Amino acid sequence: MSAIWTLVARDLRLAVRQGGAVGTALGFYMIVVALLPLGLGPDLNLLSRIAPGILWIALLLSALLSLGRVFESDFEDGTLDILALGPLPLELVAGAKAFAHWVSTGIPLALLAPVLGILLNLDLEIYPALVATMLAGTPAVSFIGAVGAALTLRARRGGLLVALLVLPLYVPTLVFGVAAIGSLLGPEGFLAPFLMLIAISLGAVVLAPFAAAAALRAQMQ
Amino acid sequence: MTLSGWVLPWVSALAAAIIAYGLYLAFFVAPPDYLQGEIARIMFVHVPSAWLAMGCYAVIAASSFGLLVFRHPLADVSAKAAAPIGAAFTFLALFTGSLWGKPAWGTYWVWDARLTSVLILFFLYLGLIALRSSIEDETLASKLTAILALVGIVMLPIIKFSVEWANTLHQPASVLKIGGPTIHPSILTPLLVMGAGFLVLFIALHLKAMRNEIMRRRVKALQLAEVARAQAGQVPAAAE
Repeated sequence: MSAIWTLVARDLRLAVRQGGAVGTALGFYMIVVALLPLGLGPDLNLLSRIAPGILWIALLLSALLSLGRVFESDFEDGTLDILALGPLPLELVAGAKAFAHWVSTGIPLALLAPVLGILLNLDLEIYPALVATMLAGTPAVSFIGAVGAALTLRARRGGLLVALLVLPLYVPTLVFGVAAIGSLLGPEGFLAPFLMLIAISLGAVVLAPFAAAAALRAQMQ
Repeated sequence: MTLSGWVLPWVSALAAAIIAYGLYLAFFVAPPDYLQGEIARIMFVHVPSAWLAMGCYAVIAASSFGLLVFRHPLADVSAKAAAPIGAAFTFLALFTGSLWGKPAWGTYWVWDARLTSVLILFFLYLGLIALRSSIEDETLASKLTAILALVGIVMLPIIKFSVEWANTLHQPASVLKIGGPTIHPSILTPLLVMGAGFLVLFIALHLKAMRNEIMRRRVKALQLAEVARAQAGQVPAAAE
């Protein structure tokens, strides 16, 4: 157990000290959300109606940008080989790294969402639920994304490829995430899509490390 | 390989015959729909393509499972050969559906649950093809593609369920359901004949693509052997 936390702490420290990675994702998130009103026109009613969708899609894209960090540098400098030889099974290594990605990228993005919600004229009252939804959905984003990152380690043009592979798999997260925020604005119940979102995240947390580890193992042979 | 070479022309001929018979039934025997008229005949191409679009992914997933668990090289050939065929059938289902949607619903495309899930299935096919083509090492590429295919087969029901969260305009499944089909036999028969024809067509295409892939690998192995022999011949020559 302590080995997992050591690995998570190491990844988090790297994410903070290497710099750029977290900041880039957050900056990208802000830029995308800020550009959309410029493209759609400054109609505040329209913006508040489509705000849940914009916030989620921009979040998926910015999380996607930072996926390369999960395994790439460790794969290139050989750290991953050492981790594979160590006491932890590779599944747990993949899980720990995806978890570190969630803490270092998913949580900051989720916390930034309400600030961007102000720009989109989103109702202030729903902010706690908005953050809760984002926090519930981003684990699925990190863990499913880790599978994509593991699959494309040795691919040419991996960055573009990972988008093609992973974005279709993000559809359930997107649908239920938007449905949960949207239900706060309308008459439908909030709990059902919110629980579905949690279910997707938990399922991804359990299953994705196995797929990611299988992909890593195939590439290290 | 010999067997498939002998079987292939017959399977292709059978596919052509069944599809020709099915088209005859579809165009001349089946009555026009009382609401939609003649355009409902698109169904006889649309529905079998959609069946095969899904069936093909099942073939890929089963082959991928076979590759990862039993490490059978033919399973990889099968998965590789099936991906472009499946993508083509998926595209055909989307394309004919969109042509049908224009007169029937008044628009080429709606963001309805079934259309969306088939579109995402199409993206998954593209992802499989793109991942395989972007990795140079072929054994590695086939393993990773197999992992992706299995991830996809786990995610597909969830994706389908999630897009059905929104209301749907498409008619629900009406052939395979409890209590028997709800289609009149005069339409169901040509539909099933076309379905069988498309299935045999898929088998023929799949066999052909697998044969091509096996031959390609043989040619590559022969080339490598030739290169190795040429190098072996050169080394003493350089040493002299």
